[in-house]
Amino acid sequence: MEIYLDNAATTKVYDSVAKEVKEFFLVEYGNASSQHPIGINARNKLEEARKKIADYVGAEPSEIIFTSGGTESDNLALRGLAKANPEKKHIITSVIEHPAIIETCKDLEKQGYKVDYVNASKDGIVSVEDVINKTSEDTLVVSIMHVNNEIGTIQPIEEIAKSCKEKNIYFHTDAVQGFTKVDLDLTDVDLMSVSGHKVHAPKGIGFLYIKKGTKIAAIMTGGGQECNLRSGTENVPGIIGLAAALEEKENVEGIRESRDKIIVMLKEIPGTRFNGSLESRVYNNINVSFYGIEGESLMLMLNGEGIFVSTGSACASTKLSESHVLNALGIDVLYVHGSLRLTLGSDAIGNEDYIAQKIKKKVERLREISPFKLNLKEVKDE
Amino acid sequence: MGNIDYNETVLDHFSNPRNMGEMKDATVESIVGNPRCGDVMKIYLKIKDDIIEDIKFQTMGCAAAIATSSMATVLAKGKTVDEVRNLTNEDVAKALGELPPIKMHCSNLAADALKKAIKNWEKKN
Ligand SMILES: Cc1ncc(COP(=O)(O)O)c(C=O)c1O
Repeated sequence: MEIYLDNAATTKVYDSVAKEVKEFFLVEYGNASSQHPIGINARNKLEEARKKIADYVGAEPSEIIFTSGGTESDNLALRGLAKANPEKKHIITSVIEHPAIIETCKDLEKQGYKVDYVNASKDGIVSVEDVINKTSEDTLVVSIMHVNNEIGTIQPIEEIAKSCKEKNIYFHTDAVQGFTKVDLDLTDVDLMSVSGHKVHAPKGIGFLYIKKGTKIAAIMTGGGQECNLRSGTENVPGIIGLAAALEEKENVEGIRESRDKIIVMLKEIPGTRFNGSLESRVYNNINVSFYGIEGESLMLMLNGEGIFVSTGSACASTKLSESHVLNALGIDVLYVHGSLRLTLGSDAIGNEDYIAQKIKKKVERLREISPFKLNLKEVKDE
Repeated sequence: MGNIDYNETVLDHFSNPRNMGEMKDATVESIVGNPRCGDVMKIYLKIKDDIIEDIKFQTMGCAAAIATSSMATVLAKGKTVDEVRNLTNEDVAKALGELPPIKMHCSNLAADALKKAIKNWEKKN
């Protein structure tokens, strides 16, 4: 049995996508800048795909700039704005952003930018007021993610974007985890990062939505593709794959029901805490902590049962720093390390009992090994 | 970044930890680690005539922490206090075959717990 519950890390490409993409490797393999029929065909197909994607997000085709994925889109957004608007030196973001944003901001700090990292509530939600209170004349951009990649919480993007618009500040959102899952009105959003491999399209493709009129500069030099904003031969198979993925429909209700069933069953395990708001939350994410055990051990035991998840525990990452997101929420240390992230796809449907029972058994086993015994009174207070 | 790949011996000690549990009549015990870092080990020794007659442990931690805890108790059981005093984390790691480099720090836990327990015992005597 193989139950893949790590769809926030990456997804399996849809069959229809794989089929389309293969055609563009083997038959329609042209360089979209070439002036012969094979190249012209590639250009036409690329532009058709751009149109489909633009329609999907409610944008103009010229507002879609293809990149290699989320990380590059985030870099292009922040660094590109910084480069084109050098008079403003202040950036606002949040403590729960993905490293693609946090590390980019840290790098910009070294270049003389002042960055405010706004906190999230205990529920994992950034408040509109906290963001707006930090704005000043010098603020270049506010960048807040749409859906958090660890705890799945949905941020109040539209409200923040609206306030930024009123203050004439650029607003960027990293929508890598929200795209196709949570609707987003782009009216006041100036830039949005998207990645293909989180939505059943190939790895190495993504785009940055850039609203018409935004002052932004390229951060890579080269052949001037993508309106001079992203040089490099276009990834035609990737672009085709991304457009094809948007024609498929995920079984949203099935996955949501599956998730809710698992949550109900996991709740019965004593000393369990769910991280991040259960209301303002993407439909496929469960982030749960078990008192007194460590997440990597739990993940490894579940691997043995064919259940593939991820953990926020320090020891599971080669970076050896615990989840900055869970830490930011101020969760008791004996819960922080025992966290699991389940991001469901169709594999979960019908396997809820198996998943919950295996997790329960493994948690019990690790608690036998742990010196921290559950004090139920203490746990109730959590 | 890389994956964490454990060998068979580590996985065996993780899945079937030896000498795991509490000991009610321990001569001495110690606790080391820090819950903030995600690993804590408690160790119980029963010492008679300078020999570690029995040993038990409880660990909260990653697979490497649990496996090294288990292996350390195997290495220490039946040995004299003097022999165990000099047991290092490298000895424990070697007995497990190998540990992924980034997991070497986890093996300190068990060696430290043994050292601290022996120190506690010496203070008592
Ligand atoms: C919120 C968020 N932003 C950015 C990224 C990076 O995207 P990519 O892997 O396409 O570079 C990820 C992927 O882990 C993500 O979850």
